[in-house]
Amino acid sequence: MLLSPALAISAVLFTLGVAGVLLRRNAIVIFMCVELMLNAVNLTFVALAQNVGLGGQVFVFFVMAVAAAEAAVGLAIILAVYRHKQSVSLQNMNLLRDG
Amino acid sequence: MTGTAVDLIWLAPALALLGFVLNGALALARPTAKTAVSIIGAGVLVAAFAVAVAVFSAFTGLHAEEPLVYRYWSWIPVGTLQIDFAIQVDHLSLVMLLVVTGVGSLIHLFSIGYMKEDPGYARYFAYLNLFVFFMLVLVLGASFPVMFVGWEGVGLCSYLLIGFWFTEEANANAGRKAFIMNRIGDFGFMVAMFLIFWSTGSLDFDTVFAHAPTALAAGGTTITAITLFLFLGCTGKSAQIPLYTWLPDAMAGPTPVSALIHAATMVTAGVYLVARCNLLFAMAPVSSAVVAGVGALTALFAATIALKQWDIKRVLAYSTVSQLGYMFVGVGTGAMTAGIFHLVTHAFFKALLFLGSGSVIFAMHRAYHHTHAHDDAQDMRNMGGLARYMPWTATVMWIATLAIAGIPPFAGFFSKDEILTAAYARSAVDRPWLVFWGFGLLAALLTAFYMTRLMLYTFHGPNRTGEKEQPHLHEAPWILTAPLLVLALLSVTGGLLNIPELYHGGTRLEHWLEPVTQASAALVPAVHISTSTEWLLVGIAVAIAVIGIVGAWRLLKPESLVPARSAPEERGFARVLNKAWYVNEIYDALIVRPLVWFSREVLWKFIDQRIIDGATVNGVARGARALGWANRWLQTGQVGVYVAVFVVGVLLLLWRAMT
Repeated sequence: MLLSPALAISAVLFTLGVAGVLLRRNAIVIFMCVELMLNAVNLTFVALAQNVGLGGQVFVFFVMAVAAAEAAVGLAIILAVYRHKQSVSLQNMNLLRDG
Repeated sequence: MTGTAVDLIWLAPALALLGFVLNGALALARPTAKTAVSIIGAGVLVAAFAVAVAVFSAFTGLHAEEPLVYRYWSWIPVGTLQIDFAIQVDHLSLVMLLVVTGVGSLIHLFSIGYMKEDPGYARYFAYLNLFVFFMLVLVLGASFPVMFVGWEGVGLCSYLLIGFWFTEEANANAGRKAFIMNRIGDFGFMVAMFLIFWSTGSLDFDTVFAHAPTALAAGGTTITAITLFLFLGCTGKSAQIPLYTWLPDAMAGPTPVSALIHAATMVTAGVYLVARCNLLFAMAPVSSAVVAGVGALTALFAATIALKQWDIKRVLAYSTVSQLGYMFVGVGTGAMTAGIFHLVTHAFFKALLFLGSGSVIFAMHRAYHHTHAHDDAQDMRNMGGLARYMPWTATVMWIATLAIAGIPPFAGFFSKDEILTAAYARSAVDRPWLVFWGFGLLAALLTAFYMTRLMLYTFHGPNRTGEKEQPHLHEAPWILTAPLLVLALLSVTGGLLNIPELYHGGTRLEHWLEPVTQASAALVPAVHISTSTEWLLVGIAVAIAVIGIVGAWRLLKPESLVPARSAPEERGFARVLNKAWYVNEIYDALIVRPLVWFSREVLWKFIDQRIIDGATVNGVARGARALGWANRWLQTGQVGVYVAVFVVGVLLLLWRAMT
């Protein structure tokens, strides 16, 4: 019975995450927005697990584990970039562009 | 299986193959072991000859009318095409078997002495043994494909042996020329095989010849096409117009090779093929006329060229082309026995002539080697008066000359006369044969003339070798002369094989070959000419030969010749003949150069460089590059832009999925 509000909240959270990734320049903020998107999806899993089965709840643990690993690697990359460029703004990171 | 010595027939080719394997191994491992090579090389041939004699005597005891076919294993089983690796023993293949192994043995013995000093001695004998193996496959094969294996194999060995001294570019080129000319002929052979299989459903000799009279309309297009394509193969292998030009160049090989491959055995394969398919040729009168006509034309044409050659081996080469023409006149006329008879006697006296010339070249070469001179050891202008230094060689070569000129009672007289008589007899029903007979007669005159010229310039008159060289000129060792004596004996007595009824002879070869030729004999118009006409023909032939010899003796002055290095160029018609009617130059201008031009300008510079390299290979690369160049603006390097594109993409997909 709480399904619709739960899905609505997760949709709002996910959209916020996407908007943050698209609009912000700071790498750490973008990183937090990615986490936001992941957790929005987690909320969807949990909400749907009520109707569909426990598989969704189990999946949430996987997503959490992957998110933790991702946080470790991602923060390490951001640290390395900061040491190199003295900045965490994505606008300065365009090494792949030719010329 | 008959339970007699005939069953051992497989031993003959197997021995030659064994010789090739052993000598080939020695050539790679121990090229200096010349004694072992000699024993193996000549030994296997003598053993093969012994096998041939045993098979022959056992076969005569069987009185077989049908060919004995030995099927060893299934070779190409494809649907209805069933080809076994099979050997056929019959009267015709036995004649060829005896000639190949018999003359082959003598030439192998001769080679032991001739090639003694050559560093490629083991390689030489390996090739020679391999040649004999393939030649035996050719004559013993029981189907067209098996015969074709031998046919290609002897071509390969011919190529290898012509270019035996391949460090000289001219020799390597001569080998290539022979190979390529033969390929043209082989194409005809293959097309003929396809047609035979298509029309009779088989390629085995016995089945094809049994089905041919019902499956094919006599004189029809198919049978004419089959026989003409077969004959195209013959013109390549047997050096007839238009594919004969490789044979004179083939003289670049060692002289025993010229004797074995380019005179006695391989080049007669075409005659053997026509005789083997005598039924097919008899069913196609047009093709028979073409065979006889090309043969007659070649006989005359090559004889005119031989008149003005200075290289002793080239005279003999053109003589061989001319004599092969005679054989084709014989088999084209339907006188299969006459053709095969001339093949056999020609193998004797032409092998003798080549080995004799080899003995001369050997002596000349040794004399020049002693004085470190670099003159041409094969040019007759450098010879003269050699009879004083090498009486044995001179004697046996005179015997061969009389034999090839057609002086009775030497071997060539009977066989050549039989061909001319058959051609004349055929002219009673088919007019063109009168021309063929006339060509043959004229060629006989020229043959007597050029052979006497060769003997006169080589062995008589003053010696032109040089003051310093003369003391070093002498007879070759016995290993060279002994085979000559045997061949001389055969050249004298070879006619006994088939003495015609005219002299109350037994026509033994004719009776012997009857089981093979009887199928076609009924189809060829039988003409009997009166005894008086026959005597007249014999008289004309002998008179012509005598005129040729005496004419040459009278007209030619060996005293007026000068050695090759100071000799003037020929002028006028003599120059045309010396240059062989410029046929090589004509082929070069008409075929070779346009082909080279087409290959270079069209195939290479246009199709290969422009289309394949340019449009296809580089075109694809250019296209990929242009595509990349056009899309490079997408690659901004900004993560935000990538994410935006990604989100837009996902939204588009979602939108597609929902509607």
